[in-house]
Formats: sequence, structure tokens, C-alpha cells
Amino acid sequence: MLRDITLGQYYPADSVIHKLDPRVKLFSTMIYIISLFCFRGVAALLIVTAFLAGVIRVSNVPFRYMVKGLRAILVLMLITAVFNLFLTPGEPLFTFGVFRLTAEGIRNAGLMLVRLTYLILGTSIMTLTTTPNQLTDGLEKALMPFSKIGIPVHAIAMMMSIALRFIPILIEETDKIMKAQMARGADFESGNLLRKVKSMIPLLVPLFVSAFRRADDLAMAMEARCYNGGAGRTKMKPLRYGKRDALAYVTVIVYLALILLCRRYLRWPM
Amino acid sequence: MTDKMLMILDKVNYVYSEDTAYQIQALKDVSFKIAEGQFIGIIGHTGSGKSTLIQHLNGLMKATTGSIYFHGQDIYDDDFDLRELRNRVGLVFQYPEHQLFETTIFDDVCFGPKNQGLKEEEAGLRAFEALRSVGLPEELYYQSPFDLSGGQKRRVAIAGVLAMKPEVLILDEPTAGLDPAGRDEILDLVARMHRERGITVILVSHSMEDIAKYVQRIIVMNHGEVMFDDTPSNVFAHYRELEAVGLAAPQVTYLMHELKSRGLSVNTEAITVEEARESLIGALTGIDSGRRDIR
Repeated sequence: MLRDITLGQYYPADSVIHKLDPRVKLFSTMIYIISLFCFRGVAALLIVTAFLAGVIRVSNVPFRYMVKGLRAILVLMLITAVFNLFLTPGEPLFTFGVFRLTAEGIRNAGLMLVRLTYLILGTSIMTLTTTPNQLTDGLEKALMPFSKIGIPVHAIAMMMSIALRFIPILIEETDKIMKAQMARGADFESGNLLRKVKSMIPLLVPLFVSAFRRADDLAMAMEARCYNGGAGRTKMKPLRYGKRDALAYVTVIVYLALILLCRRYLRWPM
Repeated sequence: MTDKMLMILDKVNYVYSEDTAYQIQALKDVSFKIAEGQFIGIIGHTGSGKSTLIQHLNGLMKATTGSIYFHGQDIYDDDFDLRELRNRVGLVFQYPEHQLFETTIFDDVCFGPKNQGLKEEEAGLRAFEALRSVGLPEELYYQSPFDLSGGQKRRVAIAGVLAMKPEVLILDEPTAGLDPAGRDEILDLVARMHRERGITVILVSHSMEDIAKYVQRIIVMNHGEVMFDDTPSNVFAHYRELEAVGLAAPQVTYLMHELKSRGLSVNTEAITVEEARESLIGALTGIDSGRRDIR
């Protein structure tokens, strides 16, 4: 049932990408997204493809896991393709009523599809190889400079990691309560909208009660262990850059440089 | 023969998160029969598949392979009504007090009977009957269930299932988190339901001690498989194997085996303190020399 929903969808495996510092992965993903939207020309497209394929290879995550993410945006991709196909101004190749198919439209639609597909594949590598906790850890460290101007970076990161930690627990709890009420004959599926909303009450009330109970327990447990915010707090596993992180930074920067060079000198044919 | 059986499980397998990195086989070729009116205990340590198993019994989970028959009907048939099955096989989950949601105790207990399609009055009668049978003081009936103590909440939640008048009552660790008095209260209540109403009861637990004196048959689960399925004294005779999988026989079993190995001829099949006392008195009055031996 609900158990099948994976959030953060971390795929445990042993690979260089898994071992990279989360900050490197965050930065690289950002660079990758920028490159996707500024590349021009076939040569650049080939570089992007090669880079993506290489990272997928190295990550040791089965390709079908990344494709799963594509299913979620299938509708979005379809709409984007249709709009681009028929609404791009240019020399019409073919007219059908109000619809005009242009060469530019076909090109734009194709490019947009490639960009969206690569976007999902590339970003899913980050979430598949990084646990949510590593990710928040990386974010906290990367955003630390902002705490100097009064942004509570530690508190935000703590809230994020608690929220992430509790999502699976709450999903499990929902599943349990749903089953318990189904065992008492509750019906969550049939009926019109009003009935469906009403049938949620036996689920939502216990869920809220338990969420508050858990929040109370957690606050108590944190206080019992003398938690008082981020000041002076040390880490059990502090993030430290290693050789492979430096190598990854260099790779990504060279990659971006290549894309930008192509954009300047090898624009053909787009 | 088969049509007299209330329930038959035939090679039931269940796999969690199939085809992913997190795949777990929770049930492996589980087969057994349940006769009407039996009082069965299902035992296993955490993660042995006992909770998964009982959710199959009322159709909340669907076996990956294998079949389950209820009164001779395959519950996975397309025309089988699973809601009807849930009405007849009452399942009380672990920590059932977490499912309470209504503004009054009485309304909460009415939830099940109303879902069965009963009218307001009849559902109310059922609720009264169920609340009385779990021994909740009448002045509490119209209070909020959230104001009760833990043990009382649990009794209300059990009443919520009892009010549906199931043929089979399944309880998943009904005594978890209760003090000894609360534990005895719940178990005595369940035993009384079995005695007075003749319903089939399945009690899930990880404590042999708890259920030894109540049940007629024990099914021991280990790593999703049925390890033993026999009368309590036969199961406890395997106390060494039970220990190996992280379970323990009742302390009485150990005592009796220890006494026997020291030369006192006691009945090692005794599982309750009462039986042990009988056997001890018999052994001690019979052979006087045995008394000196155990010193």
C-alpha cells in the first residue's frame, strides 16, 4: 500500500558518486542544470549526453530507477511538446485549421523534451545517491555563511531533517490507522466527494493526535539531551573535502567551460 | 473435512517491496488450518511475520502467491466480498487506542456497527453490549476517549471491534505496554469472550508466558515460516530450539526440566503455575527422598 512510496528515494550502492561530499553533488547538480539551459549546438548536446551517461554509469544505480522519475512528468512533457510544436512562430510546413506546424516548432519541441528528460535524469542521480540526511547536512554547511546576516541556517536545517525523518513514520502511521479503520469497516474509496471527505475524519483525527504526541516526545527527548540550538554544536561525522571531491569540482568546471565554449564557437546548427 | 474448517491457508507467500533494493520476504509458504471455536496463539519475535500474517486473515493484505479460504471460499475470488470478510473476522491492531477518533466513547464504538449498515438504535445496542463486556464504567460512556487512561483506551478500542460481533477475533499484541494488572484484565476478557460466545480467537504475542495458560494451540513463526504448530506443551518441549530463535518457554517449563534433570519425577509438560504445583506436590509426596535431592 502506502509503503511503496519512497521519498528521497535513496538507492544504496557502492560507488564514487555515493561517496562524494553532498556539497559537491549539490553544486554539480546546479551547474548541470545551468548547462542544460544554456547549451547550443549539436557538439554541446553530445557533451551533455556523454557527461550524463558517464555519471549514470559510475553511480551504479540501475537506469530504470531514474526512468521512474520521468513517469511523473510525462503529462508536463506532453503539454510542453504540443505547445512548442504548434505555437512557435515561423515558416509553416503544414497547416491544419488553427494549428500551424513549423520547422522551428519541431526543433523547439525536440529540444524541450531533451532538456526535461535530462533534467529529471540528472537531478534524480543526486537524490538516488544521497540520503536526505546527507543532503541537509550539505545544505547546512554550504549555507553557513548566511548565518552571519541573521538567517537561522542551523534551525532551518534541523527542521528540514526532522521533517524528512518523520515523513516515512507518518506514512507508516497513516497506513496503520487506515488499515485499523478498514478492519472496522471503514470505506475510503467509494462514494461522492462529500462522503470521501467525511470518511477521512477517522483517519485524520488519530493521525493529528499521534503527530502531536510524537512532536511532544521528540521535543522532550531533545531537551533531555541538552539540545539548545546550533551554537557550539559539533558533528559526529563532520563533512570534509577529500581528493575525489576536488577532482569532481574540476571535472564539473571543465564540463561547464566546454559547454560555454561550444555556445560561443560551435553554435551550428542551432 | 475442508468445509468444516473456518479458515485454510495454502502456501501463502508475501513479499514486501518486490523488485526493489529493499525486497523482504515476509511470509514463506505458510499453510495451516483453523477450526471453528479454537483459541490459537501466534508467537514470534519482532519481524517474524506474525503481524503480516494476521493482516492476510481479514484480507487487508493480499498474498503475493498462495490462497486463503474462508468457510471454503477463496477470498481472492473476484466475487468475494472483502468488506464482508472484515465484518466477520475482527482484527484488533497493536496499540488499538491510536485509532480512536470520535468525540465520545460511545460514538467511537458505534463506528464499526454503523459501517456494517446497522441502524442507529441497533448499533447503539451493540455498542452498549460491547462496552459492558469490556468492563468500562458506565459513567464514562459519553466522555471523550482521549481523556481515558491507556488501559481504558485499549478496552474501548477492543470494544469497537467486539461491537461488530465477529466470528473470529484476532488481537495483535493486545497487552503491549500495559502493566501486569492491565495485561491480565485484557487476557481474561479475551478468554471470557472465547468461553461465553464460542468465537474463534487468535492471539498474537511474543511472550509465551502471556498466552501459555489461555490457548489450545500455538503457531510459532520464525523468519516468515511456520516453525511449530502444536499444543502448548508440545511446543514448549522444544524449548531449546525456541531459545535459539530468540523466544523463551514459560519459566515453569525451565523449572520442571531442571527439577527432572536433578532426579525429581515431575511432569515436564506443565505450563502453568497451577499444573506445576499439582505435579510437584504429587512428586514430593510420592517419593520422599526426592525432597533431599533438590536441596
